[in-house]
Amino acid sequence: MTDLKKRSLLKVAALSAAAAAALVACGKKEEPAPAPAPAPVAAPAPKPEPLKIAFAYVGPVGDGGWTFAHDNGRKALEKEFGDKIVTSFVEKVPESADAERVIRDMAAQGNKLIFGTTFGYMEPMLKVAADHKDVKFEHATGYKQAENMRTYDSRTYEGAYMAGVIAGKMTKSNTLGVVASIPIPEVVRNINSFTLGAQSVNPKIKTKVVWVNEWFNPPKETEAATSLINGGADVLFQNTDSSAVLQTAEKMNKRAFGWDSDMTAYGPKAHLGSAIINWGPYYIKATRDALEGKWTGNTGVWWGVKEGAIDMVSIAADVPEETKTKIAEIKKGLTDGTFTIWKGPIVGQDGKEILAKDAVADDKFLGGVNFYIKGVEGKVPGDKK
Amino acid sequence: MESYALLLAATLNAGTVLAIAALGLLINEKAGIVNLGAEGMMLCAAIAGFAAVVHTGSDLAGFAAGMGAGALLAAIFGVLVIWLNTNQYATGLALSLFGAGFSAFAGIKYVQEKLPERPQFHIPLLGDIPLLGPALFRQHPMVYLAMFMVAGLIWFLYRTRGGLVLRSVGESPESAHALGYPVRRIRLGAVVAGGALCGLAGAYIAVIYTPLWVEGMVAGKGWIALALTTFATWRPARVLLGAYLFGGVTMLQFHLQGIGVNVPSQFLTMLPYLATIVVLALISRNPAWIRVNMPASLGKPFYPGS
Repeated sequence: MTDLKKRSLLKVAALSAAAAAALVACGKKEEPAPAPAPAPVAAPAPKPEPLKIAFAYVGPVGDGGWTFAHDNGRKALEKEFGDKIVTSFVEKVPESADAERVIRDMAAQGNKLIFGTTFGYMEPMLKVAADHKDVKFEHATGYKQAENMRTYDSRTYEGAYMAGVIAGKMTKSNTLGVVASIPIPEVVRNINSFTLGAQSVNPKIKTKVVWVNEWFNPPKETEAATSLINGGADVLFQNTDSSAVLQTAEKMNKRAFGWDSDMTAYGPKAHLGSAIINWGPYYIKATRDALEGKWTGNTGVWWGVKEGAIDMVSIAADVPEETKTKIAEIKKGLTDGTFTIWKGPIVGQDGKEILAKDAVADDKFLGGVNFYIKGVEGKVPGDKK
Repeated sequence: MESYALLLAATLNAGTVLAIAALGLLINEKAGIVNLGAEGMMLCAAIAGFAAVVHTGSDLAGFAAGMGAGALLAAIFGVLVIWLNTNQYATGLALSLFGAGFSAFAGIKYVQEKLPERPQFHIPLLGDIPLLGPALFRQHPMVYLAMFMVAGLIWFLYRTRGGLVLRSVGESPESAHALGYPVRRIRLGAVVAGGALCGLAGAYIAVIYTPLWVEGMVAGKGWIALALTTFATWRPARVLLGAYLFGGVTMLQFHLQGIGVNVPSQFLTMLPYLATIVVLALISRNPAWIRVNMPASLGKPFYPGS
């Protein structure tokens, strides 16, 4: 830690001394850059040296959810490439000015491929990317790109939809509850997709939503889940990162889902299934691109069931066979392109048609979902209407 | 109606954590010591309690471990501020930060652990009353224990000789010293007792309230408890009411969202602190209120020689 600090202090000194020259120095490899070395062209790294890859995580690796899933992806990466790469991670990096400091450190330490795994790292990564042209930046869930920064995301809403299908079948009160994190399109889209899934098997469904405005705060998630159950919801779904919602459902004899990672162990009785994200395939692809010199910036991918990035796993034994078959059909349909989740008619809360019959939402439309569909109660926070 | 009964139940549960911790801090403050380390003590107690339950399977062991951890940290704090006369506020803040870091470190191994299933509590007969039953009589025993603790503390502080001595140490340590009371040891005893109660609250969070361990899971409840003692103008019964009030605010924000009223949760998060500032401003305007309840030597070091 002290070593790190020293290095960044030196870097600050170098920057203030000669900003332009220092920019080159920052991009250099391991040595602590005591003086702005005038190296106009960064020397190509010697071949046998492994590719250094760093991950910035928003939560603790042990959150059992979002960050845990990313770390599984990192482990898959290590397994795939062995000694050709060296990976490291920093966990619990807040979505604040700290993020820029951490990511800058990663670049200064000679990491050539850096993954930032939460939306809030977008601006910090852009800034660091502008200063480190020789480093490749991969940002999860964002939308801004650069020549050395690209984006990747997973279609979590596909998992949400499948969870909805199961929830719609299993609910007795016809009231579903969602513990929602932060009101960004991704989360609103998941709430809607969950509801769409439920409505596909049970048109009487209504969905109650409670926002906790945090990704990871187990006590708050517990309180939110409790209040949803108190309000009549008997199947809960969450877009937060811990297993607290599932555990609350377990305690109060209701049902719930795992999110991001398989959470069966946290609530064996309550668990209906886990909508998981598999980051491994993308991490392997991105690393292969970098190793083979095929990596390009200014692009973005959005992987789902089709690419093996999203799955619904560990479906509870008491879920009817027909529902399990339906989930399998959805997965197959999403894979071969015969099934689309966001396909009209889709009606908004006010009864107005959002998607006409048979119209299919494109990714741009999905990226801007900031409204609730019919069947979801309440208002999206910050909505002026 | 039923959802209001359940809201009340959740409120009592949420308020209990705050009440127990705030009672502990109240004992400290009545003896003239401000311990800003509540959050850190509660976090350490939470992991200690959680780990104890993981290894022994007994909730009681968990509570005991939490109280032990809280008392131990409080004792260290006490020695520092009472004998070495370090600044109480700075030392308390340090304890808070240390506790947050240490608990995270000690808890790494326990992040994925889960606790065994525990029984639902249900008071016979009373628990079967419609509405009131689920609201009031199906709580964890700790909820009722907190109420008894308040009664006990009132009795101790205002009806016993020990309580009088404790208060005198907080009012005027010099006078207590002149009368021959071991001021420093009494203060240490109060600090340790307060730490144990904070520890109990911390353990309750990790063992019962949110039965899991994650870093920073106390999530500011220690600070709310600190605010509570001031909010309650150092009166035990008001501490309990205030705890339920603040607990209620927490639950209400989710309840309102659930029924479609959109109150920004950030606004409600700041309410307890806002309320505390308002109370502080009010009581500062009325010298009599302060004189009656606020320990006169609160936060001041005591030098027996002077």
